[in-house]
Amino acid sequence: MYIIATANISPQNTFEQNEVLKNIVEYNSNQLTCIEPDYKSFIDAKLIRRMSRIIKMGVTAATKCLQNAGVSQPDAIVTGTAYGCLEDTGLFLTKMVEYNEELLTPTAFIQSTHNTIGGQIGLMLQCHNYNNAFVHRGFSFESALQDAIMLLQENEAQNVLVGAIDEITNTSHTILSRLGLYKQGNICNSNLFAKKSKGTIAGEGSSFFLLANEPTENNCAKLNALHTFYKPNNVSEIEGSINNFLIENAILLKNIDLIIVGKNGDATNDDVYEELEKSIFKNNVTINYKHLCGEYPTAAAFALWLATDIVKEGKLPAVYLKNELSENPIKSILVYTNYQNIHHTLLLISAC
Amino acid sequence: MSNKVFIAGLGAISAIGNNVAECLAALQNEQSGIGKMQYLQSVHKDKIPVAEVKLSNNELAKIAGLSGTKSRTALLSLIAAKEALNHAAIENFNSLRAGFISANSVGGMDKTENFFTEFLQNNTKGKLRNIINHECGSVTELVADKLGIKNYISTISTACSSSANAIFYAARLIKNNVLDVVVAGGADALTKFTLNGFNTLMILDNKPCQPFDENRRGLNLGEGAGYIVLVSEKVAATLKNNPNIILSGYCNANDAYHQTASSPDGNGSYLAMSGALKKSGLLPQDIDYINLHGTGTNNNDIAEGTAIKRLFEPSFPKMSSTKAYTGHTLGACGGLEAVFSILALQHQIIYPTLRLQTPMKDLPFVPETIFAKNVKVKNVLSNSFGFGGNCSSLIFSKI
Repeated sequence: MYIIATANISPQNTFEQNEVLKNIVEYNSNQLTCIEPDYKSFIDAKLIRRMSRIIKMGVTAATKCLQNAGVSQPDAIVTGTAYGCLEDTGLFLTKMVEYNEELLTPTAFIQSTHNTIGGQIGLMLQCHNYNNAFVHRGFSFESALQDAIMLLQENEAQNVLVGAIDEITNTSHTILSRLGLYKQGNICNSNLFAKKSKGTIAGEGSSFFLLANEPTENNCAKLNALHTFYKPNNVSEIEGSINNFLIENAILLKNIDLIIVGKNGDATNDDVYEELEKSIFKNNVTINYKHLCGEYPTAAAFALWLATDIVKEGKLPAVYLKNELSENPIKSILVYTNYQNIHHTLLLISAC
Repeated sequence: MSNKVFIAGLGAISAIGNNVAECLAALQNEQSGIGKMQYLQSVHKDKIPVAEVKLSNNELAKIAGLSGTKSRTALLSLIAAKEALNHAAIENFNSLRAGFISANSVGGMDKTENFFTEFLQNNTKGKLRNIINHECGSVTELVADKLGIKNYISTISTACSSSANAIFYAARLIKNNVLDVVVAGGADALTKFTLNGFNTLMILDNKPCQPFDENRRGLNLGEGAGYIVLVSEKVAATLKNNPNIILSGYCNANDAYHQTASSPDGNGSYLAMSGALKKSGLLPQDIDYINLHGTGTNNNDIAEGTAIKRLFEPSFPKMSSTKAYTGHTLGACGGLEAVFSILALQHQIIYPTLRLQTPMKDLPFVPETIFAKNVKVKNVLSNSFGFGGNCSSLIFSKI
């Protein structure tokens, strides 16, 4: 199947077509925040005021993706979010505690449900078609993508809008920091992999894709395969899963031009990738992406967006060093990324 | 792709029983589970009746074999999912590609809201163990790990239609040859968050609810979990209990009318039901029983009723809302009601809508009001409609 359009709101310049990843946007912090577009050209002004940031980012990326595809009504809308609408959830919880369950208003509660973004997209488009929301931690986006792939295979849909949305709030960052997820002290995302240390940097994003059964004239990419695996026992089990995936899709690593890996700067987390770079990936060029978008459960969506952009352009965006690859156009990409070594994702993308 | 997906096992826990047999007995004896709040600690406990599972977290933990400090949603989920898997009695389970697709609406919120009380006073306080399973998916993983299911795990959250969507996503994973067997359904425990949320919407009944009654006042929130084990035709053929019920139809459609309210014509409901019929290859007159979404709110019942009128007129199947027994269990209702729908097929029974006194004057049909046995039930339609316009319908058929 084909990825015929994308739209990505991230901590980098990824949304405006002519600015895509020309220069890295640096953050001297353990928290990367999305660069938000001007919502006025995408959402009604009255709605903008009512919507929380994640809803605005979700609806806007979805709308832009459909515009890029020239599709007004997708046959299905599928979203993935691990944390859901945290700002509204936190707001309602806070008021509930502060006012001891009295004098509450419904808006934050209504907007706190995990299907809010998919529902809002459906509402804005007046789209009565299939609408689903997956909320499974580091598999939220992958499940949404699996659903989209099956809908296309079943001929239930000719095109599917699929996206991943997760936000950082002050509350979530405080709590996840207490859980020890993030680096402390001086840190810059552009040096994320320079020195081994504990912890990663927090990220967020809203990435949408229009998948279709049939190619169009300006296809972005071919999505050849998706596979996920859960809590592997050791690196050799991971190698086994990757090898099986390649065998099932009849492709050899030597025919893959680029591997995008999910290192996040945490020494323990990155061990897995480093071992693979010494074993099965040793003759391949690998690049990282989480220094651009930060670490979050649906970050694989950023990797898919990046892979799509690379095969469409045939080359790495300017934020990557020129000498990382030979001059030949990049036509096939493997993404291997995991979230907390629990949720592992493999994606195979190629040029059309 | 044309392979049938069979139902091999059932598991349920709700206000009317801690397992499938107890729930069935309560359905037959017309015993409602709605009453005064005993376990949830809320300032509304004397004003808002709820349908609670009649066990404390520690009692649930003992049955589940999971720590009592875990989210009540995980405890309910594990009890019902284990029952379903045991019931299916699949001997070579470990050699099959197995999945667990669960639904819930607020994950480990029952623990998060306790955490928040301390956290808001001082953000370095609050026990972290109360927040680490906040995510919907964490609750699913606690259960999947106990069940020993690893091949494919996911969580769906589309408000009140969540577990109906989980069940048919599971069926599609089997049809697409991704998996051989899937435990699917959903769970939700009562939380202050949800109770207060629904309270602000002013759709809670302060008496036991009366779905599809002209004088209905709103819904009662409930809690519980319901799971079914779905297997491929190939696996079904190997099972001793000879599964003969299939998930024959399903459809997910969107009302696209309002974030929380249903359209007056019940567009989304109509599309979900007609889509499920189309998928199953059945005609409206083939449906013997509809397990209604039937929450008891003004808005849902007229929208759902109008959609049924549009689709089934002039001859209506028997129908009822079991939410008058279990309350509205949100992320669990599609799973629980799938279990009840399958029991109706297995036992050839139809449940009454408790407390239905005055039929709705704008509808040309009246849901069942007495328990009926020895009824021909071959095809059952189960409706689940929710916030975000999410409407899903499932059809179970006896073959």
